[in-house]
Amino acid sequence: MADFIKNVKGFFNKIGSAIKKFFWDIRRRINNVKRRIGNFLDKHNLNFASKFPGWAKALIYLSPALIVLAIFTFYPIINSFALVVYQNYNMTNDTITGYTIFGNFLTVITDDSFIVPASHTGSSAVINTLIIVFISVPISVLLALFIAAALNSIKPLKNFFQTIYFLPYVTNTIAIGLVFAYMFKAEGGLVNQFLSLFGMNTENLSWVESGAVFWRSMFVLIFYSIWSSLAFKIMVFLTSIQGIDKQYYQAAAIDATPRNRIFSKITVPLISPMIFYILVTSVIGAFKIYNAIVALFGVSGQPAGVDYNLQSIVMYIYKFIDGSNAGNLSVAAAGSLILFAIILVLTLVQMQVSKKRVHY
Amino acid sequence: MELRLENLTKIFTNKTGIETTAVDKLDITIESRTLVGLLGPSGCGKSTTLFMIAGLVKPTGGKIFFGEDDVTKLAPEKRGIGLVFQNYALYPHMTVYQNILFPLENMDVPRDEAVQRVKDMANLVGIGNLLDRKPSQLSGGQQQRVAIARALVKKPKVLLLDEPLSNLDARLRLQMREEIKRIQREIGITTIFVTHDQEEAMSISDKMVVLDFGKEQQYDAPQVMYNNPDNLFVAKFLGNPPINTFEAEIKKGYLTINDKKFMKFDIPDGLYDIGMRPENFRVAEEGGFEVDIHNIFHIGRDTMIHFDFNGKNVRALVDSDDIVHDQKKVKLTIKSERIYIFDKETGQVINHG
Repeated sequence: MADFIKNVKGFFNKIGSAIKKFFWDIRRRINNVKRRIGNFLDKHNLNFASKFPGWAKALIYLSPALIVLAIFTFYPIINSFALVVYQNYNMTNDTITGYTIFGNFLTVITDDSFIVPASHTGSSAVINTLIIVFISVPISVLLALFIAAALNSIKPLKNFFQTIYFLPYVTNTIAIGLVFAYMFKAEGGLVNQFLSLFGMNTENLSWVESGAVFWRSMFVLIFYSIWSSLAFKIMVFLTSIQGIDKQYYQAAAIDATPRNRIFSKITVPLISPMIFYILVTSVIGAFKIYNAIVALFGVSGQPAGVDYNLQSIVMYIYKFIDGSNAGNLSVAAAGSLILFAIILVLTLVQMQVSKKRVHY
Repeated sequence: MELRLENLTKIFTNKTGIETTAVDKLDITIESRTLVGLLGPSGCGKSTTLFMIAGLVKPTGGKIFFGEDDVTKLAPEKRGIGLVFQNYALYPHMTVYQNILFPLENMDVPRDEAVQRVKDMANLVGIGNLLDRKPSQLSGGQQQRVAIARALVKKPKVLLLDEPLSNLDARLRLQMREEIKRIQREIGITTIFVTHDQEEAMSISDKMVVLDFGKEQQYDAPQVMYNNPDNLFVAKFLGNPPINTFEAEIKKGYLTINDKKFMKFDIPDGLYDIGMRPENFRVAEEGGFEVDIHNIFHIGRDTMIHFDFNGKNVRALVDSDDIVHDQKKVKLTIKSERIYIFDKETGQVINHG
């Protein structure tokens, strides 16, 4: 039996080395051909590559990425600057009635569901978005920080918890949204059943359906966006905490430093570049919130039968492309430039604040 | 404060259950206000011993006493120790001032006194003008001083230094070891100093412990240990250039080298390991033991000559004036108390102590 196993192993080893030899020879041949081509080009002075200046070579190597970026990023950005000066742009027949500088911006700003809450919407896109940004981002960053620190300090079941916290990251947003909508159903929903365990009257207590008051729907939305964004933040924080030299903690232990001071004086400052990075990216991400709202409340951003609207700025912009008043791309462009300006200003503010607080 | 280790043992067990004894039944008493060097090759358990004294590593067995108090089970922060790490572990986001102040922030010290203590300590270690800098703006030697100041500012009972000079260049190392000695003298604190550099340990320590495989080999003052090594390991570990060792027989009371009588010894006949330090050889005017020189290296003041003793290459460090260039033969003498005879089985010294 042992002999048989030996023979089988030997057989597979032979096959393995034959395959390796085969690829080795192929690489040798290819290298030979390359060398010959190179020699030929050098001989006949045809080697153009070596005559290109450095920047031209760089451009050639970068061109695949640059072309993709140009089509899908640079062109749309430039185009939105162009679109914003058109008056009454009509998408279907590509006509305009004139040019304007501030006209489209004025249209957006004075639109009764963008900044100023209209009577039939109860809330506006900007207010909704700001609420989401300024509540969900700080909470999720702080929460992620604490969870990462806690995960780092436990030993048993560490990998298990890491997996659990990381699950939302690999799950589809829309799927999670549907599950959330189901959990928060008024009748038979998990949350209401849970609340009734504590003796709360959950009859007709609706969260995402008709009868849900603004703050209840908003709570579900914020809860959802915090939870779904937590995974990535925890992962980043945990990795950076694990990268901190253990000796800092040993030194702190010898100096009788309490846990909370170790956290605030050593852990947080040492990972502050990462915290700053997460803060900036999640503020930008939260400003661009879209599919979370669609998943929970549908494309209208409005739970059925309520007198308010939960649409975000991006949803507002999107309506001009594929919504009730589709076609006026100039207004959409103006809306996205306003969003861009808000994000830019906030990021600059964050960078200014971070100069004192972030230790590289 | 006196520090006592009793039967201190540390056994590490890895994932497959294999046990490694890092520190083996260490019994050492360190007198108050002395500087003791823990010396040994890498992996001999010297840092583990230090971390056990600090409380960062839990001993498997044995006890640690600070004075009369058993601190074996005490948490590090309750032991009253100052620890300087190998790479200093200065908090990079804090200034020098904040770094030194940090230990005091956790203690019951009035603010004015704390600030004064930071300033005094900074002046003592010679960095009083650098308090506003960040650690990254300091040189290695300056970082080292900050680390010492941070360890000392809370007035610990024991100062522990874990290979504190290994990250410094050679010149700075010399300067810093004098500096550490001065600071230790000035404060009069019981200090334990871990190093693998025998020269460093010998120059700085009041007494030193040589460890090998977690076992104490010898505990003595440096010069005593150098002149009277307890065993072959200590003899080999101390000294640069290292001691010459070779096998030799004692026949009829005479140490026999190269089939000639070398010197009389009152030791039973048999085969022994012999140790002779290169610098203990002298060139003899008359008499002495003639050897054939293989090689001569002139190194300034001294000259190193190579020759064979019982088939082993032996080095002798002699005065340059006594050797002429490409000399073939020389007569050497060595004092009998500078010859170390070790038991072949146990490695223990036979003719000393």
